[in-house]
Amino acid sequence: MSSAKNQIQHYNYPDKRGYFGDYGGRFVPETLMQALFELDELYREAKQDAKFKKEFVTMLRTYAGRPTPLTFANRLTEYYGGGKIYLKREDLCHTGAHKINNTVGQILLAKRAGKKRIIAETGAGQHGVATATVAAKMGLQCVVYMGEEDIHRQELNVHRMKMLGAEVVPVTTGSRTLKDATSEAIRDWVANVDNTFYIIGSVVGPHPYPMMVRDFQSVIGKETRKQILSSEGKLPSILVACVGGGSNAMGIFYPFIREDVQMIGVEAAGCGLNTQQHAATLSKGTPGVLHGSFSYLLQDKNGQVELAHSISAGLDYPGVGPEHSALKDLGRVKYVSITDTQALEAASLLARLEGIIPALESAHAFAHLEKLMPTTSKKDVIVVNLSGRGDKDMMTYAGNNQ
Amino acid sequence: MNKITLTLDSLKKQKKKALVLFLTAGYPKIDSTISLVLELAQAGADIIELGMPFSDPLADGPMIQASSQQAINNGITLERILGQVNEIRNHSNIPLVLMGYLNPILHYGGEKFFADARNAGVDGIILPEVSLEESARYLFLTRKHHIADILLVSPATPEKRIREIDKVSTGFLYCVSTTGVTGRSSVGDINSYIKRVKRNTKKNPVLVGFGIKTPADAQRIALHADGVIVGSALIQRIAQGNSITQIGYYVKSLKKGLNTI
Repeated sequence: MSSAKNQIQHYNYPDKRGYFGDYGGRFVPETLMQALFELDELYREAKQDAKFKKEFVTMLRTYAGRPTPLTFANRLTEYYGGGKIYLKREDLCHTGAHKINNTVGQILLAKRAGKKRIIAETGAGQHGVATATVAAKMGLQCVVYMGEEDIHRQELNVHRMKMLGAEVVPVTTGSRTLKDATSEAIRDWVANVDNTFYIIGSVVGPHPYPMMVRDFQSVIGKETRKQILSSEGKLPSILVACVGGGSNAMGIFYPFIREDVQMIGVEAAGCGLNTQQHAATLSKGTPGVLHGSFSYLLQDKNGQVELAHSISAGLDYPGVGPEHSALKDLGRVKYVSITDTQALEAASLLARLEGIIPALESAHAFAHLEKLMPTTSKKDVIVVNLSGRGDKDMMTYAGNNQ
Repeated sequence: MNKITLTLDSLKKQKKKALVLFLTAGYPKIDSTISLVLELAQAGADIIELGMPFSDPLADGPMIQASSQQAINNGITLERILGQVNEIRNHSNIPLVLMGYLNPILHYGGEKFFADARNAGVDGIILPEVSLEESARYLFLTRKHHIADILLVSPATPEKRIREIDKVSTGFLYCVSTTGVTGRSSVGDINSYIKRVKRNTKKNPVLVGFGIKTPADAQRIALHADGVIVGSALIQRIAQGNSITQIGYYVKSLKKGLNTI
């Protein structure tokens, strides 16, 4: 335990090869290796450049709508009768979710590299919309890969992307969801690496993406820290966030990693952990290689990747970011899971008590409060990352309430 | 000496170009592999590459993706593929190279896999998503079991890196003809690219693959290389239901194209 503690205090991942302990790396066709080296260098230079930092901060403030508020959830707090619950309001970002923090950062890198064509993968469509949005703002061509199954369940976001001028390419291979959309986006990148910038939407993929996306998203945790210190005069006791690929969770966790703050990542248990229908990669998976990095993975007895299932398209992914795998093994973050039904109930509760309809993804984080809150005391402060709003999920919610 | 090196050395002495053919193991039927390999060997293939199907083949185009998915549905596994290699070895000595993705191998157990592969009669391995940087993960195992590590170079690989990859690679250097996935045709001046690769390669023969479909393609591309690799075009013929005789005829035509350089 003490050695794990020591590792946390010196936490400085990834290393130069893009590893978070055992996890991460760069497992891509040779054609992309040069592009990844260049991206790594581009990002390291940009990070040192005050002008780039200013551009990023300014665009987040004047375009994406940051800082987002930290809302005290007084009725939800009363309902549970334990610690005080705060909500980090990423649902109030432009385009309706935290995804834009990352796409703003990456589009500025694309511009710096002089790339004219942007590609992205999307599950729930939130990352696709956030990418199409910044591509429009910068006047760049945008192609989004989306599984056919997701195109059906997230129709509204497809219309948004098209209106924003993006081309949405339906992916009809495999499970027709995020996993296959990601594979197609990578294949596109291999073929068009000269003129194309690939904006990955989560803390997944080959190095430097997991690091870069985490850094761009960590604005969530930095703001939370400042806001909670000003309202409570102390750091939160517990942070709760949902985990699909894991970008909103890394974003809120990262600035607190060396602090005495408990962290809980909530995965999608779909129809239940004991069924074949879930997306709880960290709870039920084993380490392996998918989409460019070594990380926990849902796989069968032959090492073939298994299909994930979640009612939430954004969590319906059989992989997870390599840094989450490292944090799990270190015991720094506790990973739990929530079923489809529990998530739906939590969304209704939040809507009625706080006047906020959360995205289905974020609803998973709220559902865990049922279990967590009875173990807290009035002195505790809990921050839940409300990663996105629920407009895109209204058809699912409406169908469920009939 | 490794059978791949023996074969390529002997071709070189005869001033001939090598023909490497790719088959998806377990496709179209789970046990088709054995008779197909034997037919290809008979028809003039110098080396056979057996694709180990993976659910998420990042480096592959639609043709090989579809055949891989069919083979997985047929029930193909690494154990079964090694069993097929074992069976082929009762009838043929043709060099056999496995091509695939890292995850099923890690799941099987790296050490055990390369030991079992060697025992079955495998001569080489190609893992297109494992770069020079990540190859350290298994390189010591392939060395230990005398399996050739065939690394890839692409049009995006700088000259210095080609030289580094040549140093680590054994058997041959897999020269990807295009930036893209398998089955995608090369564009632009392929000859100057192949010459650049040849110029920076000291140790290994250079074999070119991706997008080679016809005897004319094979002839044109092999001009400055040591041989060619044909995959998607062969899988397409199998998918269209070509008989084993028709497949044999196709292979002979490719071979003829190469022999008239």
